[in-house]
Amino acid sequence: MTGTLLLEARGVGKSFPGVRALQDMHIELRHGEVLALVGENGAGKSTLMKLLSGIYTPDEGEFFLEGEPLRVSGPRDALEQGISIIHQEFNLMPDLTVAQNLFIGREPRAGRVFLGERALEARAAELLERLHLPLKPRQRVGDLTVAKQQMVEIAKALSYEPRILIMDEPTAALNDAEVQVLHDLIRRFRRPDTGVIYISHRMDELKAITDRITVIRDGRYIDTLDTATTSMREVISRMVGREIAGGLGPEGVRADRPVVLSVRDLSTKELLKDVSFELREGEILGFAGLMGAGRTEVARAIVGADPVESGTIELRGEPVHITSPAEAARHRIGYLSEDRKHLGLLLEQDVNANIGLSSIRERFQQWGFVRDRAMRARSREVVESLRIRTPSVDQTAKFLSGGNQQKVVIAKWLVKDCDVLIFDEPTRGIDVGAKEEIYRLLNDLAAQGKSIIMISSELPEVLRMSHRVVVMSEGRVTGQLDAAEATQESVMHLATLRPETEAVQ
Amino acid sequence: MTTPTATEEEQRKDAPTGVRQTLRAGLQQFLAFASLLVIFVFFSVLSPNFFNYGNITNILFSTVVIGTLALGTTFVIITGGIDLSIGTGMALCAVMSGVLIVNAGVPLPLGVLGVLLFGGLIGLVNGLNVAVLGLPPFIATLAMMLVAQGLALVVSNSTPIYFDQTPGYIEISIGSIIPGANFPNAVIILAVAAVIAGVLLNKTVLGRYTYSIGSNEDATALSGIDVRRWKIVIYTLAGLFTGLAGVMISARLGSAQPATGMGYELQAIAAVVIGGTSLSGGKGSIVGTVIGALIISVLNNGLQIMSIPQEWQNVILGCVILLAVYADRARKSTTA
Repeated sequence: MTGTLLLEARGVGKSFPGVRALQDMHIELRHGEVLALVGENGAGKSTLMKLLSGIYTPDEGEFFLEGEPLRVSGPRDALEQGISIIHQEFNLMPDLTVAQNLFIGREPRAGRVFLGERALEARAAELLERLHLPLKPRQRVGDLTVAKQQMVEIAKALSYEPRILIMDEPTAALNDAEVQVLHDLIRRFRRPDTGVIYISHRMDELKAITDRITVIRDGRYIDTLDTATTSMREVISRMVGREIAGGLGPEGVRADRPVVLSVRDLSTKELLKDVSFELREGEILGFAGLMGAGRTEVARAIVGADPVESGTIELRGEPVHITSPAEAARHRIGYLSEDRKHLGLLLEQDVNANIGLSSIRERFQQWGFVRDRAMRARSREVVESLRIRTPSVDQTAKFLSGGNQQKVVIAKWLVKDCDVLIFDEPTRGIDVGAKEEIYRLLNDLAAQGKSIIMISSELPEVLRMSHRVVVMSEGRVTGQLDAAEATQESVMHLATLRPETEAVQ
Repeated sequence: MTTPTATEEEQRKDAPTGVRQTLRAGLQQFLAFASLLVIFVFFSVLSPNFFNYGNITNILFSTVVIGTLALGTTFVIITGGIDLSIGTGMALCAVMSGVLIVNAGVPLPLGVLGVLLFGGLIGLVNGLNVAVLGLPPFIATLAMMLVAQGLALVVSNSTPIYFDQTPGYIEISIGSIIPGANFPNAVIILAVAAVIAGVLLNKTVLGRYTYSIGSNEDATALSGIDVRRWKIVIYTLAGLFTGLAGVMISARLGSAQPATGMGYELQAIAAVVIGGTSLSGGKGSIVGTVIGALIISVLNNGLQIMSIPQEWQNVILGCVILLAVYADRARKSTTA
C-alpha cells in the first residue's frame, strides 16, 4: 500500500521546549500529483519543511520515500535524495549573476582551481531555455524584480532534477500573470514519477493547480480533500476550525466626509508621474496595480522616505512638506512597509520595544527617561485587543508567526494614534484566519475615523476592503473607481493600461 | 474583544517565559562576571602579591582610561557603528587640557569642562560625517583618528605639556576624596561615569533608540524616528567620554603626551566585545563593558605580577577575546 506513495509521513511528531509543534502528522503524496498543504501560520507547516530538509529530526514517526524509510541529515542530503525545497525567503546572493546563483556550490571548474565562467553560463542558459524562463545568465540577481528572483529560485531547485518539489508560498510576491508562468512550470515539472507539495494561502490558486488539499491545524493532521469536489469555504473552515463570516463589501463613505490627505501631481525622478488622489476621513482607499506600478513608491514619497521631485501634499487643507518618516509621524501619518522583516520590525527586540518604538518620545517618557511600566501596560492592552498570539510582551519578535508580527507592526502605529495609515500589502504571507482579523481591524479603524490607504496585490482583497480603488500602471494613476464600479475586470483593465494608450483615449 | 480562554492561555504562558527570559539575560552577565571571578581567583592562588588592597586598587586604577573610553564606545557599537578615533581623540583632548589649563591658565573646573566639550565636538564631527554625509563609521572615524593624532602634535608642538604648576589637576586622578583610604578619585569617577552610562542606556529614550537603530536602522527610521539626529547625539556622547578619558589620562600621568593614544581604541573595543556587546549592533550592556574592561586589567596586572613578558600578555589577551566571543556565540546557539 505504501509502495504506491511517492512520499509519506506517518505519525510524525516534533516538540520544542514548551511547544508541541507537530504531532501524529500524516502526509501522503501520490505519484504525479500536486498536493496543497494549507494551515494557519503556526500550524506546523514550516516545521514539517524543516524536518524534510533535515534541519530538524523527528521525535516520533517516520517519513517514507517510495515506501522506503527516509532519513535526511541536512539540506544537501535532501537534495541528493531528490527533495528540493523552495523556501518563502529567497536564498540568493544579490550581487552575483543569475548563472552564478544557479550553480552556487557546484561551479564548473576550468582546470582545478579556476572557475569555468563560460561553462557556467552555457549550463545556465541551457537550463533556463529548458524551463522556458525569460532570464539571462549574466543578469545581476539584485537588479531583477521579485518575480524574476523567484524564477531563479525555482530554476535552481529544478536544476537538481528532484523527484519531489516543495514550494513554500511561491506566489506571495507575484502578480496574476507571474503566477501563471509559475503554474506552467509546475505543470511541466509534473510527471508520473514526480510530485509537488504546494504551500499557499491564496485559495484561488489551489483550485487552479492542485489535485488534493491536506489541511493541518495546531500541529495536527486534520483532513485531506479532493480539490475538484471541495469548496474553498470548506477548506478554510477546516483550517481555522470555525466558519468564517463571509466577505462583506465595504460600506460607502459619504462624500461629505472631509478630505484628510490630498496629493496633487506627485512625481519622483525614478517612476512616479503626476499622481493625484484624495483620501477622506474614515475611508479605506485601495491601491491596485501590477508589480512595479509604483504603489509602494507613492507611499514612500508621501512619508518622505524617498525624495519627491514635484507635486503638493495637503493634510486637512494645509500644505505640508514632508522630507522624512520622522516628519510624517509628527503629522500622524504612519507607513507599514510590505517588507516586515527588514523595514517593519526590530526582529531581535521584544514585542514591547516594537510596539512602543514610534511613540516613546511622545507618550512614554519624562525628562528623557522611559516610563517603562506605562509602556508595558499599553503594550499588553494592544496585544490583547489585537489578539496577538505571544506568550508575553517580553517575547522576541522573531519568534512570532508572520501574522502576529504584522499585528505587532500595526500595534505600533495604533499606539502612536495616527490619523492616516498606509498599509503596504498588509496580509502578505499570513494565513486566512489572521487575514480575517486584519481585515476586521482595518474596518474598525476606518469606522473610528482613521483614513487608510491599502496597497495590495491581491485583487479580491482590494475589492472586498476598499471604499474606492486607485489603480496605477507604470508610475501613473490610470483610474479611480468607486466600490460599485470596481470589479476584477475593470481594475485589471486599468492596471494593464500603458500610459501611451491612456493618452490616446 | 478577547475571549476568556485566550486570556487564560496568555496568563498561563506568561509566567514561565517571563522568568526564563529574565534568567537568560541574567545568565549572560553572570557568565562574564564568573569568568572575571575565575581569573581573579586563579591569580590570587598563584601569586601572593595579587590579592591585597594595594594591588586591587592598582587594578581598578589601571582600568580607568580604557574603561571610560569603552563606556562611550559601547553606545556607538550597539548602534552597529564603530569609533576608531577615541584613542588619538583622547590624546588630543589631553593636549587641549594642557593648552587650556597650563598655557592659557583657565580655572580648573572650567578647563575640565572645556576639554569634555572639546571631546564632544570630536564626536559631533564623527556623528555628522556618519549621519549626514553617510560615510561608513569605520572610514569616518579612521579619518578622525589620523586628524586627531596630527592635531595633537601640531597644537602641542610635539612636546608634552606638564601639569606641575597645577597640582589640583593631578589630584583629579590620584588624589583621594575619601580621607585616609588612599583610594584614587579616578576610580570613583569611572564608577560614576559607568552609572550614568548605564542609566542612559537602560532608562532613557536615547538608550532605547540606540538599541533600535542597531537592531534595524531602516525599520527605526520608518517608525518615525529621526535616526540621523540620534546618531549624531550618540557619537557626540561617545566624544564626551573621550574628553573625560583625556582628562583622566593626563591627570594620572601629570602630563599631556601628544604622541600617545593610538591603540587605546582597540583595547576599548576589546573590552566592549568581551563584555558581550555585538559588533553587528542591537545588543550589549554597560555592566558587560565594565566587566570586560576589568577582565583586561586583571589579566594585565596578574600576568605582570607573574613576570610574564608584555609580548605574551598580548597573546593571552587576544586568546581571551576569541574565547569570550566564541562562548557568547555558543551560548546563543543553545538558547535560540
